[in-house]
Amino acid sequence: MFFRRTASRALAVLAVTSLAGLALAGCSASTNSSSGDAKEITFLAGGNDPISIKTANGIADGFMKKYPKIHVKVDTRPAGTDGDNIIKTKLSTGTMNDVFFYNSGSLFQALHPERTMQPLTDEAWASTLTKDFRQTVSVGNVLYGAPFGSTFDGGVMYNKKVYAKLGLKVPDSWADFISNSQKIKAAGITPVLGTYGDTWTAQLFVLADFANVSAQDPKWAANYTANKAKYVNPPALAGFKDTAEVHSLGLMNADYASLTNVNALKLLATGEAAQYPMITVVIGNLAQSNPDQVNDIGYFANPTEKGNSHATVWEAGGAYIPKTTTGGKLSAAKKLIAYLNSPAGCDIQNAAAAPAGPYATTNCKVPSNAPALIADEQKYQDAGKTGLALEFISPVKGPNLSQITVQVGSGISTAEEGAALYDQDVKKQAQQLNLPGWN
Amino acid sequence: MTTMDSVAPAVAAAEVLDRGRPPRKRSGMRTVYPGWFFIPAIALYVVFFAVPTFASFYFAFTRWDFFTATWIGFDNFVQFFQDPQLLNGFIHTFEYGFATSAAKVFLGFIIALLLTGPIFARGYLRVIIFFPVLLSTIGVGILWKSLLDPFHGVVNSVLGLLHLPQPGWFTDPSTALATIMGVDVWKGVGIATLIFMAGIVAIPTEYFEAAKVDGASSWKILRTITIPLTRPATATVIILSLIGGLRSFDLVQAITNGGPGFTSEVITSVIYKEYQAGYFGLSTAGNVVLFVVVTAIMVPLTTYLNRRTVEL
Repeated sequence: MFFRRTASRALAVLAVTSLAGLALAGCSASTNSSSGDAKEITFLAGGNDPISIKTANGIADGFMKKYPKIHVKVDTRPAGTDGDNIIKTKLSTGTMNDVFFYNSGSLFQALHPERTMQPLTDEAWASTLTKDFRQTVSVGNVLYGAPFGSTFDGGVMYNKKVYAKLGLKVPDSWADFISNSQKIKAAGITPVLGTYGDTWTAQLFVLADFANVSAQDPKWAANYTANKAKYVNPPALAGFKDTAEVHSLGLMNADYASLTNVNALKLLATGEAAQYPMITVVIGNLAQSNPDQVNDIGYFANPTEKGNSHATVWEAGGAYIPKTTTGGKLSAAKKLIAYLNSPAGCDIQNAAAAPAGPYATTNCKVPSNAPALIADEQKYQDAGKTGLALEFISPVKGPNLSQITVQVGSGISTAEEGAALYDQDVKKQAQQLNLPGWN
Repeated sequence: MTTMDSVAPAVAAAEVLDRGRPPRKRSGMRTVYPGWFFIPAIALYVVFFAVPTFASFYFAFTRWDFFTATWIGFDNFVQFFQDPQLLNGFIHTFEYGFATSAAKVFLGFIIALLLTGPIFARGYLRVIIFFPVLLSTIGVGILWKSLLDPFHGVVNSVLGLLHLPQPGWFTDPSTALATIMGVDVWKGVGIATLIFMAGIVAIPTEYFEAAKVDGASSWKILRTITIPLTRPATATVIILSLIGGLRSFDLVQAITNGGPGFTSEVITSVIYKEYQAGYFGLSTAGNVVLFVVVTAIMVPLTTYLNRRTVEL
């Protein structure tokens, strides 16, 4: 009897406190000043890794020096799919920070920007953007995002010293790449780094091959969005075949199943490994772990069967303002975004992380001491041999590609099986987006 | 009934129910609190449990992106059952649930036998076996992930020194799921042991004395006295560990995240990933399926095990 009474009482107390808490939360939701800039805005960083935090804090500090009356509070979030969830939840519950960083391209489109974000078409910096970037953060003619960070390329990062020592030439065709790798293996150096300890890294042969797919069939992305082009067929199948072949020829490091991205970069920097299929944005991490070897690292595009390889380009991320930010907060948030894309904001971005490619706004310049691999990327730009990554020209991207490529790259399934599985995975995403031709 | 106009309808309903009964009933197990006392609890229950439950049955039939929900009938369920990962996940879930449950029953019982016997440092050993139960599952996952790292982990280093084969553990597709099961058993066997110890200690010592007087062998005592009389404990262990195994998620998530490939994916991790990918309707449908499947297994099993308990 005693127990029953205590339990009921405890429950009642709990109930009353929770209700009171709810009521309080309800009251504090709306505090907007209608005239002038708000005194405080919040700002959500692009992740919770050291570079994201350093960049966000740097921008906030610089901004507060310029506008002492506005206080900027920085929040962080996890990266990857957990971060996607947080962004979607915050937007749909109206609790999004006044300025937030997020991907451009298909992930941006999935947020329904026309319903959830403030248009930024008329801002002064909008005219400084590259055409490619503008496309990836617009719906129709309305612009919703400002660039954050530099563009970067996907392909193969390699150690120039190893290449020089073994007298190798940068490969253009897949056959050259394989013969280079076998020579590297014979010299006792890991030819190709596999880092399935971070599963996202397994996708690189598939994702970075996309400029080559576009070069062979310029309409591929449009057909893919319309449910007409598939990964099981060439030319797109090549990426899966590459993933499988590197494993079946035994060209990867022995610990490919558990090695992580950060540790692999160290091996690449020191020349214990020679080549790493990667996105060049990770050069920022390599600059932190091995500052003296940054300029030993070069870049080449994913080699193709017939040569004439193209570099796959990833656009910069975006900075956005949610629709729930209005009045004084909106004007303060717009000032913060303008600051981010001013020369001062660019200097802070350059200081926080080594840029991995050219910027998407003419207001920002790559510093002269930038990593050497940017020059390699620029060669493809100058030759006109580039193409945007698929995620910027099609809204369709299946969530399980990384696991599927791990499966293919560990020899659990064949390239064809993996590609078929991915085509199936993509179908769900297209249906969820309600795209025509998929139902 | 003069107070009727000033009290909540729930109270009125309760009093109406009470009116026909003898007054004695009211003072027994029935509550002594007025009806309004329950309103906060009922409100909380409705808002946080009842509404979401019924809402989930609705959203399972929609394509839902948080902003809009389109009714699509049974499409989500059809999709769910066509998914190759799902079938995989289903099979792994059953392997996981039944294998870990069986291992916990067997190991829990023999360890309980040991720890109820006259051995050295019994109290200390009892604490040790229970200790993993107290740890956070995610912590245990991360700990074992580093211990079992195929190249830098302690376990493989020791095996290497002894010139034994060094398996890939959770990075080898053929052993990944089994490795997670092993960790699960290590973490969960303490609670099974505790329940069995309670069951064994509760058997009256006269039975054992009588058996010994009659000249029964140790084996026979175990088979005819200890095992049958710990049946209620066995039932509890089976039910608890099977439910735990069928809805296991945190260890898989912490150790392999379903990998390599999909080789250690279980149904809950598939559902989690559907949710992460933004397929909210589809993952809700998955949860409804999980609910139905677990109920379909557990209700008959519980009824069966409990009936056997009563017969004893």
